[in-house]
Amino acid sequence: MLAIGRRPLRPSSRPSSATIGLCPPSTQVWNFLPKNLFEQFRRIANFYFLIIFLVQVIVDTPTSPVTSGLPLFFVITVTAIKQGYEDWLRHKADNEVNKYPVTVLENGRRMGTESEKIKVGDVVEVNEDETFPCDLILLQSTRDDDTCFVTTASLDGESNHKTHYTVPDTEKDLDSLSATIECEQPQPDLYKFVGRMHIYKTDREPEIRSLGPENLLLKGATLKNTQRICGVAVYTGMETKMALNYQGKSQKRSAVEKSINAFLLVYLCILVSKALVCTTLKYVWQSKPGQDEPWYNQKTQREKETNLYLKMFTDFLSFMVLFNFIIPVSMYVTVEMQKFLGSFFITWDRDFYDPEIQEGALVNTSDLNEELGQVEYVFTDKTGTLTQNNMEFIECCIDGFQYKYRDAVSELDGFSATDGPVSKLQEKAGKEREELFLRALCLCHTVQVKEPTGRGQDHTDSMAGVDGMEGCPPPHEQTGFIASSPDEVALVKGAMRYGFTFLGMESKKMKIMNRSNAIETYDLLHVLNFDPVRRRMSVIVRSKSGDALLFCKGADSSIFPRVRQEEVEKIRVHVERNATEGYRTLCVAYKKLSPEEYARADADLQAARLALQDREEKLIAVYNQVEAGMTLIGATAVEDRLQEEAAETMEALQGAGIKVWVLTGDKMETAKSTCYACRLFQRGTELLELTVRTLEDGVRKREERLHDLLLEYHKKAVQDVPPTKPGGSRGWSKPSQDFGFIIDGASLSMVFNSSESSSSHYKNLFLQICQNCTTVLCCRMAPLQKAQIVKMVKCSKGSPITLSIGDGANDVSMILEAHVGIGIKGKEGRQAVRNSDYAIPKLKHLKKLLLGHGHLYYVRIAHLVQYFFYKNLCFILPQFLYQFFCGYSQQPLYDAAYLTMYNICFTSMPILAYSLLEQHICVEVLLDNATLYRSIAKNAMLRWVPFFYWTLLGVFHGLLFFFGVRFLFGNPALQANGQVFGNWSYGTIVFTVLVFTVTFKLALDTRHWTWINHFVIWGSLCFYVIFSFFWGGIIWPFLKQQRLYYVFAHMLSSASAWLVIVLLILLSLLPDILLVVLRKPLGPRARQRQAGESGAGGPKSSAQPLLMRTFSDESNTVV
Amino acid sequence: MSKEENTANRPDNTAFTQQRLPAWQPMLSAGIVIPGFVIIGVAFIGIGVALFVTSQNIQVLEKDYTGIETNSSCFKCTNPRVKNCNCTINFSLDKLFEGPVFVYYGLSNYFQNYRKYGASKDAAQLTGDLAYFTEPSTSCVPYQRDAKDKPIVPCGSIANSMFNDTFKLFQIVNSGNVAVPLDGKGIAWWTDYNIKYRNPTTNPLKNAFNDTVKPIFWPRPAYELDTTNAANNGFINQDFLVWMRRSALPNFRKLYRRITEGEYAKGLPAGDYALVIGYNYPVKAFDGRKKVVFSNVSWMGGKNQFLGIAYLVIGSLCVVMSIVMLIVYAKFKFPDEE
Repeated sequence: MLAIGRRPLRPSSRPSSATIGLCPPSTQVWNFLPKNLFEQFRRIANFYFLIIFLVQVIVDTPTSPVTSGLPLFFVITVTAIKQGYEDWLRHKADNEVNKYPVTVLENGRRMGTESEKIKVGDVVEVNEDETFPCDLILLQSTRDDDTCFVTTASLDGESNHKTHYTVPDTEKDLDSLSATIECEQPQPDLYKFVGRMHIYKTDREPEIRSLGPENLLLKGATLKNTQRICGVAVYTGMETKMALNYQGKSQKRSAVEKSINAFLLVYLCILVSKALVCTTLKYVWQSKPGQDEPWYNQKTQREKETNLYLKMFTDFLSFMVLFNFIIPVSMYVTVEMQKFLGSFFITWDRDFYDPEIQEGALVNTSDLNEELGQVEYVFTDKTGTLTQNNMEFIECCIDGFQYKYRDAVSELDGFSATDGPVSKLQEKAGKEREELFLRALCLCHTVQVKEPTGRGQDHTDSMAGVDGMEGCPPPHEQTGFIASSPDEVALVKGAMRYGFTFLGMESKKMKIMNRSNAIETYDLLHVLNFDPVRRRMSVIVRSKSGDALLFCKGADSSIFPRVRQEEVEKIRVHVERNATEGYRTLCVAYKKLSPEEYARADADLQAARLALQDREEKLIAVYNQVEAGMTLIGATAVEDRLQEEAAETMEALQGAGIKVWVLTGDKMETAKSTCYACRLFQRGTELLELTVRTLEDGVRKREERLHDLLLEYHKKAVQDVPPTKPGGSRGWSKPSQDFGFIIDGASLSMVFNSSESSSSHYKNLFLQICQNCTTVLCCRMAPLQKAQIVKMVKCSKGSPITLSIGDGANDVSMILEAHVGIGIKGKEGRQAVRNSDYAIPKLKHLKKLLLGHGHLYYVRIAHLVQYFFYKNLCFILPQFLYQFFCGYSQQPLYDAAYLTMYNICFTSMPILAYSLLEQHICVEVLLDNATLYRSIAKNAMLRWVPFFYWTLLGVFHGLLFFFGVRFLFGNPALQANGQVFGNWSYGTIVFTVLVFTVTFKLALDTRHWTWINHFVIWGSLCFYVIFSFFWGGIIWPFLKQQRLYYVFAHMLSSASAWLVIVLLILLSLLPDILLVVLRKPLGPRARQRQAGESGAGGPKSSAQPLLMRTFSDESNTVV
Repeated sequence: MSKEENTANRPDNTAFTQQRLPAWQPMLSAGIVIPGFVIIGVAFIGIGVALFVTSQNIQVLEKDYTGIETNSSCFKCTNPRVKNCNCTINFSLDKLFEGPVFVYYGLSNYFQNYRKYGASKDAAQLTGDLAYFTEPSTSCVPYQRDAKDKPIVPCGSIANSMFNDTFKLFQIVNSGNVAVPLDGKGIAWWTDYNIKYRNPTTNPLKNAFNDTVKPIFWPRPAYELDTTNAANNGFINQDFLVWMRRSALPNFRKLYRRITEGEYAKGLPAGDYALVIGYNYPVKAFDGRKKVVFSNVSWMGGKNQFLGIAYLVIGSLCVVMSIVMLIVYAKFKFPDEE
């Protein structure tokens, strides 16, 4: 009988899965519509149009409800379709997991069911290559060593095989197992899990087993290399870690949207004041005798009886309705379409395709496209972002003797001493020490040997960070190593070159082959995992001889205090030399544990692992206790190369006026050398250092020193530098002296956390200094500090647009904090990518993303927004002016069809095409001349001055259209047969001029005419003409009044109408043409285009960047 | 070539996805704009001259007959109590007024474009739908039904306020007055007359109007608008159609008659004329003016100085601008074209 059940044992906490079953993460088909509508009408603009529509339905208004109802319906429909599509994609993804057939063991029988029907406590059977349907605790595996392998590629992108273990010492026979599981509340952290299993046996006390992440199989992960497992469901549905990670991305709003809202407010004011002016004038005008109610236009009884103030109010509403088109109803939908469709160009860009990982760029949100063109600060991670995180073992030092692996040509005993200053006297360390060191390298890691699967080996290798295979012919077989950190693989491979090969692990026994090709086995007793705080990891193994050995490796700063001090000095020299050469260094230490020591450590570790509360803290305490009094054996140096074109990219960013801040957990020296290599610091750059080292120079307290230094630097960088004009994109010139600022985590926390009064002062000084430096380097940062810095800059004066780029889990906080977060599809998993707004395969792609795509998107959307406001202003202004000529009677100038169609048919497509395809300067030129980026900095195209210009243009055009036709209608006999034109002809002529002018204005601004632009622009005009013919050519049975019947045709039969249309269009465009032509000789960037054209096509320099060596013991890498 | 699977995820290399669609990249350079401006300027000046000359050649004779001034012959008619008032305006032409001559009436400060006024009609009724004869649309209120609750046909303010002054033109010759024949055909839009407005098919037309009353201000019912021509009655009466096409601005003119027949088809010869006005339409109440306009038309319609002047101004502006640009470019020595 199966008796695995689960009882909540802690009354204080809700059982983790009280709600069993699956609440759908998104909407269902049936409630999509109401839910979507509700969401859409929460938008202020849509709500506004709904109100207008309702006013039209209720009050007797000049235009029929259709005129605003139809565009609103159109907008809502398009948005709903877009959101429905996104929902559908989500649903599809959900269904793949939700309806997945699974096998559940119940009462000893196997039952088929669907994955969404799994309840907590069910025992689920999963076969090889199947995906886990929920979060499971592994109970049984077909593998001998009670392990199974999974890949979490779909969760965090790490395609390496991870080993998970069955709950220790449970019965092999599940039928006879009776147990309860206690576990923590569901939480999204994929790598954390705490639980306890109580196993009940009939004759004994219940046994308690601790459960950790190594026992938990996550939903979404795939079983590999294991035939079949059985596990008990602990979290299902929305409580699985995958589901918890799926949602809750914070909404980021772009600066453009803020501009839109500001402009909208201005237009709302214009609208209200127009309505107010008209209402007032109406009553002023009516107060004159004879005007209010001429005999030919008498009022109805009801009108006479209506209260005057009520009449005024309805008049006001009527004017609002009449002029409401000034608020561009379709702008939001067009902006949304533009963003949605425009983001595809990033995904489609082949330049972002990286053949190595076979992926291109990824767009997680389309809301921020234009923000890419506005970036002022770039915060970049170092490891994996500026550098490749592609480690290569360079050398090691054993007992102070340097061993350099010279060539890839493998001699199995390839030790060769170089003429390092230390190793001159004695060439080699003792053989025993050598071998101990190499054994340490072979044992102290969490690397797995990839079992040859026979298929696609290279394919997965490249993903898992196994590289350099071609360099060293492996001794036995094509072995691959899999690890979550590339450093570990590099070290194991390094050991292999010196003759010690790690063969793999079998049932907790590590096998290594030593130099004499003999196989040594060690029992793996404990792994003291790496974590960024301790910055080291250890293993405890038992050798054949029965000795318990502890091997530890980690950052020098964390090892040196824990070893006997007399050994430190000779190694320190090496470590520091390696550091200046730019390698990542690790120190290796060991300790022999006496049986008593081991017994105590073992007991402590077990106890800590079982703890339900504060397990982490307890474990760390035990780790610290065990890893003490060790013997230092040596150090390793691993090279991490700079990313391709890292320096060029950084240079381009700086050329674009972007300030680059490097935020790293790494050492100052390493980070500094990387900065020099990336040309972030130049030779002339004066470095201002605010680190623990500079703070401790004096005898004074750190606080005082901090104060002094800050003031000194402030004087240097801020006060003594002649102020550059803020926002002056034209006269931007490099300040005479470049400053670079370096600060470390400890100093930063002092700045942030010093006593209340001075904190804000320090922060202010710090910020001002930083803002005047070309590059700021923040080293030894904790992930949270990175976010703190981003936040500080984000909230500083002028709220500059920030961008964070990183590849690791430690960058997630700053990626989320910045305006734009960019993830690099690096080797440290997919967490950064998952949380980013955009993900690119390589750092070098950032250049095109910002300077190319970002610039274009910004120009496109800025133009789109301005154009939208402009075209609606000059659309509605004649209607406003007409009120002065029709007794303020709310007579519409245009026919209802024109009012309705103007925004959704006649003028919407050209601007959409423009906003998707425009390249006012071609991409190559943009990439070549980084300075062009400055021309759009600080939201240049959406500031009040350009807005004012566009508004002025709209007013000018509106006045021109109306009064041009007004003067023509001084004599309405415009046809050659002497017949006269009426009011609808008037409106139609104005509208024709309007549609053509507005479209030609866009055509004039279009610098990049693809066939689509041609098609859409000329197509729209043709459509307008054909529509007008059609609309006026038929007696429409559903229309009450055939107001436009043959109006358009009559207009075209009049030569005067033609002439006035041509005249007004030309006159409207004249200022624009003049501006374009005259700006060229007078303006600043006259010849950029031509200059760029000659250089087009050749920007892709084939020159590989300088291979800069750098080292790191950065906290984020799992060492 | 590299392996196939290596490119599986690779984005398509199409011109569209890579934003490399072949594109025409026009640059407005001085080399194009300056000659362009010159050409446009010259063309506009040409058109402007043509328009101006055409407009100048159009003869217009306007006569205000509101009768505001006490010495005006129509002053007596401004008293609303006077019914069937006639007044005469004499004028003389010292040269031939070239034909065909068009007679317009003009009203000022008359808001035919008032919204409520414009909506006050029943379009279905005006297409001859008998159902709407008995039940006119509520949009016609207060001219939907008369005091006895009988439906008004045609209903609504526009129809009710139809212009009803009449004009007769006489040439004063030695032998007495010679009537100048005024042609009332073809003054409304062809589509209005033939398609948009329809009489009911009832024969005789009068029967369709049973149980309805004429608009309050009308002297005669709709089926008797033109006593001389049976086909010019009901809703397709030309004067009615002209009136129903609402004017765009409060000062407007509408076509009244054309002089196309007989010896006057070539124009009004020099001489003295008497215009006899049947003064019925009150405008004093709202401070309006009435006038009658004799005009001949050209290909561009009636006399309109605005277009010609505007073209001349814009044309000269273009030429001036091109000269300015030329100077600017010459001064800045800007190498525009390679």
